[in-house]
This record gives sequence, C-alpha cells and structure tokens, in this order.
Amino acid sequence: MAKAAKDQEMEKEKVKLEGMDPEKMKEEMLSKYPTKVARKRAKGIVVNRVEGEKVPQIQSNVRTVPGLIGQRGCCYAGCKGVVLGPTRDIVNITHGPIGCGFYSWLTRRNQTDASTTPDGHNFMPYCFSTDMQDEEIIFGGEKKLKQAIQEAYDIFHPKAIAVFATCPVGLIGDDIHTVCREMKKKLGINVFGFSCEGYKGVSQSAGHHIANNEIFKHVIGTNDEVDEGEYKVNLLGEYNIGGDAFEIERLFDKCGLHLVSTFSGNSSYDKFAKAHTADLNMIMCHRSINYVAEMMETKYGIPWIKVNFIGAEATAKSLRKIARYFEDPKLMERVEALIAEEMPAVEKARDEIRPRTEGKRAMMFVGGSRAHHYQELFNELGMTTISAGYEFAHRDDYEGRKVLSEIKVDADSRNIEELKVEPDEKRYRPRKTPDQLEKLTAENLLADYEGMMPQMNDGAMVIDDITQYEADWLIETFQPDIFCAGIKEKYAVQKHGIPMKQLHSYDYGGPYAGFTGAINFYKEIDRMVHSKVWRYIKAPWQEHPELAATYAWD
Amino acid sequence: MLLKHTPTEVHERKALTVNPAKTCQPIGAMYAALGIHGCLPHSHGSQGCYAYHRSTLTRHYKEPVMAATSAFTEGASVFGGQANLLQAINNMFTVYDPEVIAVHTTCLSETIGDDIPQIARKALNDGKIPEGKYVIHASTPSYVGSHVTGYSNMVKGMVDYFSETSEHKSKVINLIPGFVEPADMEEIKRIADEMGIKHILFPDTSKVLNGPMTGKFKMYPEGGVTVADLKRTGASMGTVAMGRIATMAAARALDAKCKVGCEIIDLPIGLHATDLFVDTLRQMAGVNVPDSINFERGQLLDVISDMHQYFYGKRVGLVGDPDQLLALTKFLVSIDMVPAYAVTGTPAGKKWVKAMEEATADVPREVKIKSGGDMFLFHQWIKNQPVDLVIGNSYVKYIAKDEDIPYVRHGFPILDRVGHGYFPTVGYKGGLRLLEKILDALMDRQDRDASDIDFELVM
Repeated sequence: MAKAAKDQEMEKEKVKLEGMDPEKMKEEMLSKYPTKVARKRAKGIVVNRVEGEKVPQIQSNVRTVPGLIGQRGCCYAGCKGVVLGPTRDIVNITHGPIGCGFYSWLTRRNQTDASTTPDGHNFMPYCFSTDMQDEEIIFGGEKKLKQAIQEAYDIFHPKAIAVFATCPVGLIGDDIHTVCREMKKKLGINVFGFSCEGYKGVSQSAGHHIANNEIFKHVIGTNDEVDEGEYKVNLLGEYNIGGDAFEIERLFDKCGLHLVSTFSGNSSYDKFAKAHTADLNMIMCHRSINYVAEMMETKYGIPWIKVNFIGAEATAKSLRKIARYFEDPKLMERVEALIAEEMPAVEKARDEIRPRTEGKRAMMFVGGSRAHHYQELFNELGMTTISAGYEFAHRDDYEGRKVLSEIKVDADSRNIEELKVEPDEKRYRPRKTPDQLEKLTAENLLADYEGMMPQMNDGAMVIDDITQYEADWLIETFQPDIFCAGIKEKYAVQKHGIPMKQLHSYDYGGPYAGFTGAINFYKEIDRMVHSKVWRYIKAPWQEHPELAATYAWD
Repeated sequence: MLLKHTPTEVHERKALTVNPAKTCQPIGAMYAALGIHGCLPHSHGSQGCYAYHRSTLTRHYKEPVMAATSAFTEGASVFGGQANLLQAINNMFTVYDPEVIAVHTTCLSETIGDDIPQIARKALNDGKIPEGKYVIHASTPSYVGSHVTGYSNMVKGMVDYFSETSEHKSKVINLIPGFVEPADMEEIKRIADEMGIKHILFPDTSKVLNGPMTGKFKMYPEGGVTVADLKRTGASMGTVAMGRIATMAAARALDAKCKVGCEIIDLPIGLHATDLFVDTLRQMAGVNVPDSINFERGQLLDVISDMHQYFYGKRVGLVGDPDQLLALTKFLVSIDMVPAYAVTGTPAGKKWVKAMEEATADVPREVKIKSGGDMFLFHQWIKNQPVDLVIGNSYVKYIAKDEDIPYVRHGFPILDRVGHGYFPTVGYKGGLRLLEKILDALMDRQDRDASDIDFELVM
C-alpha cells in the first residue's frame, strides 16, 4: 500500500509532454545511435523542469558529432557572415579559396540604409576574395593578400578594410595580422584582420567571439567625438534581418533615445568607432555579442542590459527596462506613451488571429537567441513551444548567466583568445554611482540574462545542436503545427507536410521586431498554419480509390 | 544604385576577385553525388563547408539537400581527419543507412593531405562499411578550378569506383550530362527514350532535386542512377558526354578503364547543339530519328523564324559556367543575336577560349571573352558599352537593375526564382523555353518603355 502510494506520488512528479513521458521519448529517440554517440547526445537533450531559479543542466557548445547531419556552420560564418556581414562601409576581404566568400555573399538578409552616412558607402552587394590558388597554398598567400588590399584601396577608397582568414590560411601559416598592420601604415586607413579559420571552435560561436575581439581592439574607441542627444545607447546583437533594426530605430526615435551605434545591423564604421561614448549597451542576441558588452563595461564603464524586441510584450518590457535604467521620469513617460500608442493595433491583430492559433504547438531550433525570443511571439498567439534548442549557444543562453562560473573551458574554447581588458585611463567614465549600480543590479536589471529554459514549460524537450535524424523523429512523433529553423531544414520539414518558418532569413518576410513586427508575425503564422496547401497532399483518387461501376472497364 | 562603387574604367587586377562568377569544387561534387540513388554526400572538412553547400543547393532547388560532414576541429586540422571520417562513416551507415557515401575533400583536408582511400580501406577493414554498401571519393581542393571541376571530379569518381569492364558490350549508351538542372537530365533521357535508345544517365538528379510533396520526407528520393547501373556503364557500347569541361574526365576515364568509346559534344542547348546530340545518338546507336523528334525540331525552328526580328542584332552579355556559355553563345549566334560579352569565373583553359572565339568568328562586332574573370569586370564592360540583354545567375540581378537591362536567369545558382528544376533548357523543347524567356524579357521591356502613342497591342 505504501509502495503504491509512493509510486503514485512519483508518477505525479513526473513531467509530461503531450501526455507522454518525455524521458522515455528521449530514450527511444537515442536508441538508434551507436552507444557512444547516444551517450554524448543524451547530455545535450534535456527534459525541461523549472524549480524556482533552477533548470536542468544542458551540454552545449561542444563538438558536433561527425556524420550526424546538423545545422551548424563554421567560425568564419559566425565572424564574417554574422557579425561583420552587415558592415556596409568596410571592404571585407575573404582571404582563401573562392567558396567561403561566395557563399557569404548577400545570403544573409542584412538590410542597410547607406543614405544615413555622408559618404554613402555601401559595399554589401560586393564580394571580395583573394581566390587563393594552389600556388598560394604551396608558397604562401601573404603577397597576394597584400596586393588584394592595395587593389581594393585603389578601386574603392574605403575608410576601412577587414581581412578574414579561411581554413587553409591558418594551416599554411599566412600572417594576416602583420600584412594588415603593414597595409594600415602604408594606406593610412584602418586595416585589420580576423583569424576566423573555419575549423576554430565548434560552431559559428567561436567566430562571434573573434569578431567581437577584433572590433573591440581595432575600431571601438578610436573616435572620441560625442554625439548630441539624450539617452545615448548602443544596440548590440541586432543584425537587421528583414528590417528589424529599422523598426527598433523607429521606436527609439519616438522615445528620444539616441542610438550611437548598432552592432551591426544598419551600422557604419564611424559609429562603431565612437560606440564607447554611449551610456548604455543593450544586448539583443546575447550569444553573439555579449563579449563586446562586457569588455566595454570594463574598459569604458558602460553598463549593459539584456533586451528583447521580439514580441510586443517583450518590446514593451524592454523599453521600460531602458527607461528604468536612465531613471528619468521624462523618458518613462515617453516610453509609456509610445506603448499606449502602439499596443491597440497589436491587440487588435492579436485578438483577431489568436482564436485560430490558440493551442497550436511549435518547435524551434535556431541560432543562439531566436529559439528563445520567438517563443514570446508564439506565446502571444496562444501557442506552446513543445521543443526548442539552439544551434550554437552556450549553457548561459539556456540556463541563464548564473551558471557562467560553472562552465568548464574546454580545449576548443581555450583556443579562442580572451582579451585582457583594463579600464581605459582617459575614457573610463562611470555612468552610475555605486549606489545606483547596486540598486539596479538588485533588480536583476544589469548584466543579467535568465536564459531560455526558465521560461519554457516543464516537460518540453530542449535539444542542443539538433541532428537531422532527431528533427525527423520529433516531427513524426509529435506532428507539430509549425516548425522553425533555417534554410537547410526548411524543405525536409515541409515534405513531412508541416509548415516551416525560417527564423534566420524570415523566409524573406519581416520585420518581426517591435510592435509592427509582432503584427507582421501574427499574420504570417496565421497564414502558415492555415495554408490550404497541406490539405491537398492526397489526390481525389487516393482519398477514394474505389471505382464507380458505370465507368469501369471490363 | 546597388553597385555604385563599380567604376567604368577597367584597371587590371592581379589579386582581388570581386563578385565571383564561380564557386568552389566541393559544391559541384556534392551536387553530382546527389545524382546517385541512395547516396549521402559527405564533406571531409570543417562543418562550414557542408553548411554553405547545402544552403546554396537548397536555395537553388527549394528541396531537401542531405549531406554530412567530418566536422573538423582545430585538433583534426593538426592531426588529420582520419578519426573524424571513420566515426562519420559509422554514424552515417548506422543512422541514415545510405547505399553509398560519396566523400569529397575540401581545401582544409587537401592542405593537410588526408588520404581518403586509405581511410575508407580502414573503415572497411574495421567492419564499418556494411556488406553491399560503398564509400567512394573524389579529390576536390577548393583552390583549384571551380564548382564545375568538382562536379567533373565526382562524376569521374563514379567511373573509377563503379564501372566494370565487360567483354560483351550491350546495346546501351551512357549519357553524361554536364552541371545542368534535374529537368535537363530528365529531358536528355526523354529524347534518348524517344529515339528508342537504352541508356544509363549519370549522374541523374532528376526526381531527387525536383521531387514531389507527398507528406512524407524521404532521405533518399526516388531518383538517381543506381549503383547497379553505374557498374554496367563499363558494358555500354558508347558514351555521349555533354559539355567538355564538366564531363570529359569521366568519359575518358571510362574509355581508358573499360574500353567504352566516347563522343564529347556541347551541352545540347539550342538548335545546332541539340542537332548534334541527336545525330551523335543516332549514329552511335544506329537508329533512325523518329518523326516526333523532327516535329519538336521543327517547332523550335518555327519560333526562331516567327520571331527573328526581335532577336536580330541584339547584344547579349553572358556570365556563367563554361560549357553553358559555349552552347548558349552558339545558340545566340545561330539566331542572329550578338553575344557581346562572355565571362566565366572557372579557369576554362585556352581550348575553351579558342572554341568561344570560333563560335563568334562571324559575329560582326567585337566579342569580349574571359575565362577566370568575375562579375565586376563583366559589369565594367557593360558600363563601357551597354547590352540589350544579360543572361546569368541570380547575382546578375544587381547589374540588371542598376543598368536597367532586360535579364534572363540561367545557370547556377538561381536563388530567387523557381522553374529551373522543372523546365529544361536543353533539347528542342528547352530551346523553346529559352526563346520564350528571352522574348518575354525583351518584349516586356519594349512594352514598359513605349510611349502611349507608340504602345500597341502587338509590338
């Protein structure tokens, strides 16, 4: 009797996912893998359970298992593609064979408005490469790189040139940094390099870090000119996919926030150079850019807060957070007025659409922050995220920054330089008094990110670096109403008969940020989960194969 | 202006490529490998390579593109990728159960010098390759040639690994298509079928990268040349290889290995190239050309004659892959258009340049031809002397928009339109489609630009 009661109690404690035991599901999913692989994957697949502040530990930012087919790209993609991709007025030269430069040419949807800088430079529609040939692999490519930088300067006269190393460059030992220093001296413009060879680290994440380091070393703080304007802020980790940054800029304009720089959507080199003059850093994509925020805090005394402009509620919350930071009633008023002005349209759209989307189930496997941020929008539509994960995040993006001190630095991370940063003698300026800082910190406002898992339901399956097999298994098992990932996953998901929303490129839609973006997204999801096409999979004769006798042949 | 920094004045560049008209070998190898039934292509390099190749192929076809990677880390780059590839082979066969794993190398693994056949042998000896399954490979260093070279190398790999010599040649003809669309491969087969010829087409991406929506995702779609057929290519009576740069290596290898004679002809794009294809097939197989083919030919000819006034003297700028450019150029010349510029990023060699010069020898104006060029140069040529039409992949749209020139998408990659996977541009039917596209582009412009007075129902 006592045993039965205990069993019952234990049964009660078990979390469920759609009436099933997710731990068992996980076991079943892993059973196809070779033993060692299953053991490794098991640590990156976690059934969520939120107990107070605690969530289960998830293995992440570790090597991809060869042969399993996943989502991840490389270090170069994270550096040149993601962080530096949207820099319109830097001539970004890929040093390597032609492929890497070619594939990262206009394939991320970074919109930009070059009319906002006086010279109007915009090199984003261009692809620059040294197109290394076998003779350079054998004899070295430094000479060609130098010549390429010279030619880029002669033709385009940019204010800065950046060089990105690809895999073979590291192997043959080309010293891109010495070449850059020489050319910087010779040309009198800023020339700097990124050792972002594709094999470094375990994913794009290493490339983000390297991009942060070099931009911090070579660009930020090189122009001390201070902009006019109140409430000077930087927006970090916003890449202006589908015009998201434009929508956020609109909101900032309306409440009178002065955007010194954005890293790096709709950005310009000159704005990077004076980013250190801002009074607050706001982080959108925590994974790709938190390094710069931390280094700027140490060196220049700029505090940072985590913001999220994906989701109308999240946008309102983030705006209030900013106003709270500045502790200025005027700004608070403006923020409240803006929210009051924008929300009715959002609510109208949501109320109209939500009855049709309520209760539907989503899965999302994307990036290092979007799998978290987009849950906000699905929540607003009454939809549940039953499984989610990141492609290249670290534990802090899942479990929150409180676990940072527990994360062991492995060999792959150790290879990525950690800059030693000291307060700048001239430029360090505390933005808040110690008392103010203490108060804001106590409110969890500063330098805090709680991660994705604390906001997810118990029982949800959290999967890091998901494989093709696992994605197929999830889809077949749960038949979600919508699946979100990237282009490589898109059409396999749709062959299953499930609508698939790309959250890297937005399927060429957007913006989805801010209030207008939320409305766009509600409409998009409404369209997708109700598209008639999914009902046409069976032809009439497959639905009703019986033949009418009248017309049957003998 | 999108490309506002492109100056009209051309300066020689020795080191900087701007807006490439090619990409790297491995993607071509991946594409070719997808044309084997039940094949999982495998990229032996950093995971970025396969991610980029899969993304580009997926955007081009809007279809699943399955492939795996050795996922090199810094350690693998120092110590070699053997352990990664062995693990990958075991995982792929266990989890994804392919018939064939087609490994291609990358600049990384080539620079290290990994010996793929040796690693594959080790996998076999370790029992990691199940009975009746295969691991094949092609060496595809990204710093040599282009995506077309990679395609060529993987197709040759199919011959090297599978073709079996036979004393008794059967009445079958091998067809090796260049780096063309699945729809083109389908059309090549249809023409051979129409002529009553038994054939083995390899690689064959039809029904792989233009598959149906069925509500079921199939890791290995219906299409693709089977391993059994690849083995039988050595017993065929001859090979027709279409597009010298993409297919000659495989055709010659098959001749050397299994004594199967080959004819290397142009890609069958346009009237004369299709004539040559049909005639080569006819002679090799000893068959008569059926009336149905004559009928199709006549239809193409009919449209050329009906619409000749719109083609005549129009200057065309072409950028793309060398085999396509040669065939397209000949087609344009045959309908009295003027191929003014032809640029390929692929280092296509002197023979190609000579063939292009011969193809345009009778064109009354100067024709600029560049092997190993880029789209930046192509654009500068256009700025110096405009053209009436540009033909090229999706990246050409920036030039077309800036210069306000009618534009036909053709080649690889086409990331922003559909159709190329479903409708061929080879054969007489493909010729019709090309003409339709060219006429639509030219005549839409004519309609758009006409004043209200000049505007007519038929112009």
